[in-house]
Amino acid sequence: MVRHAGIASGVIAVIVVVALLAPWVAPYDPIAQPDIIGLKNLAPSFSHPFGTDSFSRDVLSRCIYGARISLSVAALATAIAITLGTLYGAIAGYVGGAVDAVLMRIVDAALSIPRVLLLIAILALWNGLPLWLLIVVLGATGWFGLSRMVRAQVLSMRELDFVAAARALGASGPRILFRHILPNVLPTIIVAATLGVGHVIILEAGLSYLGLGVQPPSASWGSIIQDGADQIGAAWWISLFPGLLIVTTAIACNALGDALRAAFDPRETAVTMAELDS
Amino acid sequence: MTDPLLSVSDLRTYFHDGGVVARAVDGVSFDVAAGETVAVVGESGSGKSVTALSILRLIRPPGRIETASSIKFQGRELLQLSDGEMRTIRGNRIAMIFQEPMSALNPVLTVGEQIAEVVRVHTDASRHDAWERAVEMLALTGISAPRERASEYPHQLSGGMRQRVMIAMALVLKPALLIADEPTTALDVTIQAQILELLQRLQEQLGMAVLLITHDLGVVAEVADRVVVMYGGEVVERATVTELFEAPQHPYTEGLMSAMPRLDRDTERLVTIPGVVPPSTAWPSGCRFRDRCSYAWDRCATEHPPLYSVGNEHESRCHLAVEPLRRSESHTPSTVRVGAGS
Repeated sequence: MVRHAGIASGVIAVIVVVALLAPWVAPYDPIAQPDIIGLKNLAPSFSHPFGTDSFSRDVLSRCIYGARISLSVAALATAIAITLGTLYGAIAGYVGGAVDAVLMRIVDAALSIPRVLLLIAILALWNGLPLWLLIVVLGATGWFGLSRMVRAQVLSMRELDFVAAARALGASGPRILFRHILPNVLPTIIVAATLGVGHVIILEAGLSYLGLGVQPPSASWGSIIQDGADQIGAAWWISLFPGLLIVTTAIACNALGDALRAAFDPRETAVTMAELDS
Repeated sequence: MTDPLLSVSDLRTYFHDGGVVARAVDGVSFDVAAGETVAVVGESGSGKSVTALSILRLIRPPGRIETASSIKFQGRELLQLSDGEMRTIRGNRIAMIFQEPMSALNPVLTVGEQIAEVVRVHTDASRHDAWERAVEMLALTGISAPRERASEYPHQLSGGMRQRVMIAMALVLKPALLIADEPTTALDVTIQAQILELLQRLQEQLGMAVLLITHDLGVVAEVADRVVVMYGGEVVERATVTELFEAPQHPYTEGLMSAMPRLDRDTERLVTIPGVVPPSTAWPSGCRFRDRCSYAWDRCATEHPPLYSVGNEHESRCHLAVEPLRRSESHTPSTVRVGAGS
């Protein structure tokens, strides 16, 4: 398990570093169209490892720059989702009573609508959504499940002795929630964030493939797949390489999330926890 | 006598659940003077812990402190303070320590942070000053290498050390009153003695009063000045510690005494009080102890006994106080004998 986590975080680290260093790593300008006829749809070769697309752009360079969009959309949307879900669930769990009942029925209702369907509906109504708004929409639809988990944990922790002790020593409600309870919920939040990033990468790719996500001239891995989709038989490399990157990144995020969940789970051996500590 | 530090009078804490009312604390009164140790003794279900939580107003719904109750602390009526004012008293003027030193500490904060936090909640001390006071306080509780210990997490400490940390948290602001709810129950015997000694030493150094909640008469004999015996949500006997141990008046107190192993008597078997505390939703009519009492007669079923004065600062809630001759008429259901086993 821990070795999986090592490989997964290694893969994620490499992709993140390459994305950050894109201007220095990418062999070509991702939007330059040097020879739209002569260099069009070249198969992978030494000078163009991932080939070129129908506008003679270098697919490798486009994938490297696309990683910046894909990863930052996923990371920011997940950050929004985590913040909303944690706050919402924590308030429901800590306040309890009627407030909790109402908040959780709202979440039940939201969870009953498939997320992809909801996103397609929102994005289709909004033609040509700016990138930041796409991030907000992805984040705002991704926190329902987490809020339930956080709520359940806060609810059970509210009655623990150290919370009673903090109250007996004069701590206020918000202080107890944010300083004493939420740090104890952190493992759940970290696992949810890791899994969430993998999920959003796939979701954003799917939406971009449908033309609803990232809009040109920005390109994410999903929109690069879309570029090559109508000539997949003739120039398979345009869609294949960004597709592999999506699969690899998503698998790495899921593997890391699972490993973290196993490590934080008290039923797992203490050895795993200790190894994670070091 | 000057005004007591804490004066609880006619405290009633009821739990309302649907149509059922559990009268967990039902008309309890007692005083604690500055600097003294008062022990509240009783078995599980007698209402002693609810009394302690009521003083700090930590009763959560469906529990409620009924309106006629009064808790005066340093001349102020606690039951009339706002929630914000009450928070400035908790941990600052009245502090509390709990039974389980493991679960009463937050596992994800270092012990130093937890002590310093109490300082930062109640004063405008800087982070650094609060930390220094935490270290100082740890040193005062007899923890060696307090500066190193302060940066450790609760799971790195032993049970006795954790209880010292709890004490440091409670006493860092030098409260006038410490409520200790079974502070030594979860500890093994040698550590128990050390913790009691520590509490007594700190009590003298800081000049605070201690309200000790316990079921352990051995602890009471060792540290208390005065004793309040609770049964069925009521005070059944109140006396100085010497009076209580020399001449217990209430049959329940007598029962507690004979259930305690003693070195000065050659008994092979310990005596138990038959039965259990009745549920607080249905106290018996008349005397609440009569079902388990070996002296009970018809008056006990019809007339709820008041607290009779039976000596200097000694009161007992038993009709034997006015009909002392009945004491010779012990009968069954009397004490059941069981093996002293462990």
